[in-house]
Amino acid sequence: MKKELPAWVDYGLLPLINLLLAFLISGLVVLLVGESPVRAAYYLVSGAFTIGGGIGFTLFYATSFIFTGLSVAVAIHCGLFNIGSEGQAYIGGLGVALACLALDGIMPWYVTMVVATAGAAAFGAGWAFIPAWLQARRGSHIVITTIMFNFIAASIMVWLLVDYLKPAASMAPETRTFLEGGQLPKLDWLLELFGFKVAGAPLNVSFFIALACCFLVWLLIWRTRFGYELRTMGTNPTAAVYAGIPEARTVIIAMLISGALAGLMALNPIMGDQHRLNLDFVAGAGFVGIAVALMGRNHPVGIIFAAILFGVLYQGGAEVAFNMPNISRDMIVVIQGLVILFAGALEHMFRPALTRYFLARRMAAAHVAGG
Amino acid sequence: MAESAEQADRDDPAIELIGINKSFGPVHANKDIDLAVARGSIHGIIGENGAGKSTLMSILYGFYHADSGEIRVDGKPIRIDGSEAAIAAGIGMVHQHFMLVHNFTVLENVMLGAENGAILNRGGNRARIELGRLEKEYALEVDPDAVIEELPVGLQQRVEILKALYRGAEILILDEPTGVLTPAEADHLFRILAQLKEQGKTIILITHKLREIMAITDTVSVMRRGEMVATRKTAETSVEELAELMVGRHVLLRVDKGVSHPGEVRLSVRNLTVRDGRGVKMVDNVSLDVRAGEIVGIAGVAGNGQSQLLEAIAGIRRAEAGEVTLDGQPVHVTGHADPALLRERGLAHVPEDRHHMGLVLPFEENENSILGYHGAREYVSGPFLQIDAIRNDAKAKIEKYDIRPPDCRLKTANFSGGNQQKIVLAREMERDPVVLVIGQPTRGVDVGAIEFIHHRIIEMRDAGKAILLVSVELDEIRSLSDRILVMFAGRVVGERGPEASEGELGLLMAGVEGEPVQGEAAQ
Repeated sequence: MKKELPAWVDYGLLPLINLLLAFLISGLVVLLVGESPVRAAYYLVSGAFTIGGGIGFTLFYATSFIFTGLSVAVAIHCGLFNIGSEGQAYIGGLGVALACLALDGIMPWYVTMVVATAGAAAFGAGWAFIPAWLQARRGSHIVITTIMFNFIAASIMVWLLVDYLKPAASMAPETRTFLEGGQLPKLDWLLELFGFKVAGAPLNVSFFIALACCFLVWLLIWRTRFGYELRTMGTNPTAAVYAGIPEARTVIIAMLISGALAGLMALNPIMGDQHRLNLDFVAGAGFVGIAVALMGRNHPVGIIFAAILFGVLYQGGAEVAFNMPNISRDMIVVIQGLVILFAGALEHMFRPALTRYFLARRMAAAHVAGG
Repeated sequence: MAESAEQADRDDPAIELIGINKSFGPVHANKDIDLAVARGSIHGIIGENGAGKSTLMSILYGFYHADSGEIRVDGKPIRIDGSEAAIAAGIGMVHQHFMLVHNFTVLENVMLGAENGAILNRGGNRARIELGRLEKEYALEVDPDAVIEELPVGLQQRVEILKALYRGAEILILDEPTGVLTPAEADHLFRILAQLKEQGKTIILITHKLREIMAITDTVSVMRRGEMVATRKTAETSVEELAELMVGRHVLLRVDKGVSHPGEVRLSVRNLTVRDGRGVKMVDNVSLDVRAGEIVGIAGVAGNGQSQLLEAIAGIRRAEAGEVTLDGQPVHVTGHADPALLRERGLAHVPEDRHHMGLVLPFEENENSILGYHGAREYVSGPFLQIDAIRNDAKAKIEKYDIRPPDCRLKTANFSGGNQQKIVLAREMERDPVVLVIGQPTRGVDVGAIEFIHHRIIEMRDAGKAILLVSVELDEIRSLSDRILVMFAGRVVGERGPEASEGELGLLMAGVEGEPVQGEAAQ
């Protein structure tokens, strides 16, 4: 029998304990380099929320992580480990950029946004299609193919940017800056509504698209026929065959959705912040998505919280590095690594103890079941 | 050591439980349990699923700690707070689901956890000698270099027993040991147990099969709802008495059924041949007919092609050759027969292995109650599932099939085996199918539920369904079927009426008698 915990423990207490432990050990690391963990914690939190409009940056990063986290989660529900969100997001950026370059002079932002959203999803999905097809029809393992496709995506983007997309007179491998019709509005007003002082924070309208995607993914996974088939396939493939669920089709569609969600991530930095397509704009968000999905337990609500946590680490971490000279940027990466380690990879460390503690309630249910 | 024990000691309890209590929240799983198991005896513990047998044995083996009470081994009170302590006290456990590493050899499995040092070779040589001695002493022949996954389940179980003996077990607990065995393997196991008893070992046998209790035990204790309701000398009790003690009411052990009135042929199989993944011919030129209003039982020792036959008919496994017609219309068994399409055409399938095929255990009960029918009109609208309709439907089935606990939101893994099987049966039977294909309807199911399930199958027959039944329980086949086909090595080797004797069917099942009767099998 699968050991189970009450939902609030599984989704609330357990991640919290893991997180506290990660911070505790991070604190020791900070001590080791001769700095005060309390001061570091102060800069981490205030940097992520108040200093210089930190909240606007935190939520900006979180937006990207929500998209990639959802991407990974949808694939996992189908029993697929999509490590290719990074590459799918990168190629998704091409869809965004092409839409913006074509329409920014003639259309208002909200029209461009619709086309760019469709473009991002289509390009991301397209990039996921080949590994999906290879998995479904040829049995090539999706972990291997998606990793390789990340490298291919990076090379293609360099080639396209340098040879085709770069304005003729420019030295930088990036497209021209989009006009106003290719720029998503910032959400400064929203933050100011909540009393935050912001100065040019990059948080933009794509945050709402991310939240909408969370709802849509929830709807897809738990409320649609396809979501049911996808979960059956991911949980018990033999039962899926018994139920007549077409394996190849389910795998391919799940990966297309996963790729589309990853592709949407490109809206945030490209159309929302940089207003141009540049090299390496994904900056690891695809891989952070794996940790976010893991920590959010593949549920959209969990993914929102996990994405915000990683947003805090990104933004607050930068403030820590800036204000505390002994703590370099790399130290922040160490701390992020510890969070991923405890909250993601080792999330089951405290599970047995907690399960023992909550065994009573669970066994009660099981024994009533035995009747 | 028990071998040196005097005959006079034999009546001392080897193990004694006094006033054991264990609660899980509001549920009192074990209430004031007293149990004394005589040294060198076989003591059966019988009870329905959820009666508290497993809890009690888990306390004995150190998985749980009792809230109160005392455990005495050889008269000395001991504290068992883990399986190491249990092993140290000479208690060994053979689990229902074997705890073996499939790609290890027998020797490696026996040594696992008792390697005697970091250098495997040295410990291995010692283990090999000890294993040889044990095998000889207890007549438990197993090739120490055989790889587990290549051994039949009967031998795998023997390895489990060897593992316990290797660790010095004097008291052996076997949890539902015959659940996975053929009748012949079960008989062999009983001979081994008798041999172990002869050598002075004490054996506790947990089961819900009354026949086994009668066949092998010296004493039997009955548990019901967490209490030890009776202890009897096996020689002084009867199957009927035990069944009644177990369930708490009178139980009908024979199936009550009227005469069948076969109608039209609903399912027809002609010259079906199926190979498994390795290319071995598992079903060999099988032909059979199932008519409306009759139950055709397929008897046979597990592994003689029954599973593949069922899967091919249900469209899960591609057949190499042959024809199947469902209600007069051909089924594309040699190509891609879509199980979903077959369901729409009225073929319901209760798979042999409900855990791996029939259910998605982490899903909620209501989600499993639509598996395979999740595209049906009443459960979906457009791309969306009709959650309310699905849950109401699940609740109705829970009520009608007395599925306990009556909670359609509970995870399926938390239901007992009998209730899980009812979930599958309810799903397949309530769709009003034309043909019902059932594999192992009562495997791992307790007595009370077996009665219910058999009753439902007969009802389906009387409602005019064509039923194809596969079971390794010969009793079940004989009591339910209107016609019995016997499968051996992938072929139908004979057809008999329900009045055929167990001995006659047993010979056919062993492939001793009879030429293939492909042509007549149809009639």
